[in-house]
Amino acid sequence: MMAQVAITLNVNGRNQTTLAEPREILADVLRDRLGLTGTHLGCEHGVCGACTVLLDGEMVRSCLLFAVQAQGSEITTIEGLEENGELHPMQKAFSEYHGLQCGFCTPGMILAGIDLLKRNPDPTAEEVRDDMGGNICRCTGYQKIVESVLGAAREMNEVTS
Amino acid sequence: MKPAAFEYHAPESVDDAVGLLSSHEDAKVLAGGQSLVPMMSFRLARPASIVDINGISDLDYIRCSDGVVQIGATARQTGLEDSCEVATCAPLLAEATGHVGHRAIRNRGTLAGSLAHNDPASEYPAVLMALGASVTAVSSGGSRVLSVEDLASGHFLSTALGPDELITEVSVPAQSGGHGFAEFARRHGDFAVAGVATVVSMNGSGVASASIASFGGTSPARLDEAEAALVGSDGGSSAVAEAAARAASQFPATDDIHGSADYRRALIDVLTRQALQQAIAGAQEV
Repeated sequence: MMAQVAITLNVNGRNQTTLAEPREILADVLRDRLGLTGTHLGCEHGVCGACTVLLDGEMVRSCLLFAVQAQGSEITTIEGLEENGELHPMQKAFSEYHGLQCGFCTPGMILAGIDLLKRNPDPTAEEVRDDMGGNICRCTGYQKIVESVLGAAREMNEVTS
Repeated sequence: MKPAAFEYHAPESVDDAVGLLSSHEDAKVLAGGQSLVPMMSFRLARPASIVDINGISDLDYIRCSDGVVQIGATARQTGLEDSCEVATCAPLLAEATGHVGHRAIRNRGTLAGSLAHNDPASEYPAVLMALGASVTAVSSGGSRVLSVEDLASGHFLSTALGPDELITEVSVPAQSGGHGFAEFARRHGDFAVAGVATVVSMNGSGVASASIASFGGTSPARLDEAEAALVGSDGGSSAVAEAAARAASQFPATDDIHGSADYRRALIDVLTRQALQQAIAGAQEV
């Protein structure tokens, strides 16, 4: 076994240091070393989008990054979205519009939806489908996911305007 | 689905990086990691050492000056997508970037890394061939400049680079003329089954110059027989059809689960026509 190295990550606003081998991908370190099992691993090769997290504010696939590469970075996972016990508007919208069934893809969908609205606060349904095409869902047929993201956009635009 | 163990190095300068590459057997450069990491997870790649160049801050730039776009080895693809300068100086590169993977992939993926990986289904090697781009490759013995055509064409998942060489910069001459880009993929963001990138310039009498490159075959390819059919013509529909037919016959077609060689040749015919029509219309506006 290769020697472990100390990795410090700022996860959801909290600095955490853990030991890990360089070959451990970020998703495995989040899940197995830090206990943050909200980040899901589907395909483990960058195709399904379930493991999407924000790295220094940018959406990335946590299966395509070694944790050691994230040394000193800020990471936001699905666990970091609520504020003072209140769900993020995107989480609320997925609940309200039934944007999930089994829930496996949901953490990645929610983070991808948040990233989309950051770049395009008022997307059309077609733009949501195109932009989130890298996140795969095997249950919903996507209709309710698109409705959830559009619903979150309306809610978030109301709050800011 | 977990990478094998490796020795991890995070140099902070190009000199240190190439020193590590020359002193370590079986070392791989890690830039964006969007191709290398999945290959390692599948254990299709098991490098003994990884040289992570993301900490070399000198390599993270996109500049446009004196008619050349210079892109450092760790500049992210979303940087190309969002750059006004790239949209102005090399609009083909900006347009093609939107077809590379998905936003989350492009937030990490790099142009130089895509060239060094040289997946035959990847857009960038063909796009950069059409643009006449070159790369700077550095090793502990010095540096050299080679065209993307010499770097990538004829190679499958490999390049003309030596194991101790690092691409530090991609240099793209400002596009002169109109461009065209057409690909067929099952889903936006998937690897294309086949695609074509082209740049065409026009003068008073017709097509003055044309570069046409394809992807989705055995390797990225410059289709010079199609170019020859177009240059000197009026750029009308019969010249475009002749160029497209030659592109289809010169295209290095291959069979796989996504399509037969014949199907791919038929696609290249149609896609070349579409790309050339776009490019010629754009060139006439210039």
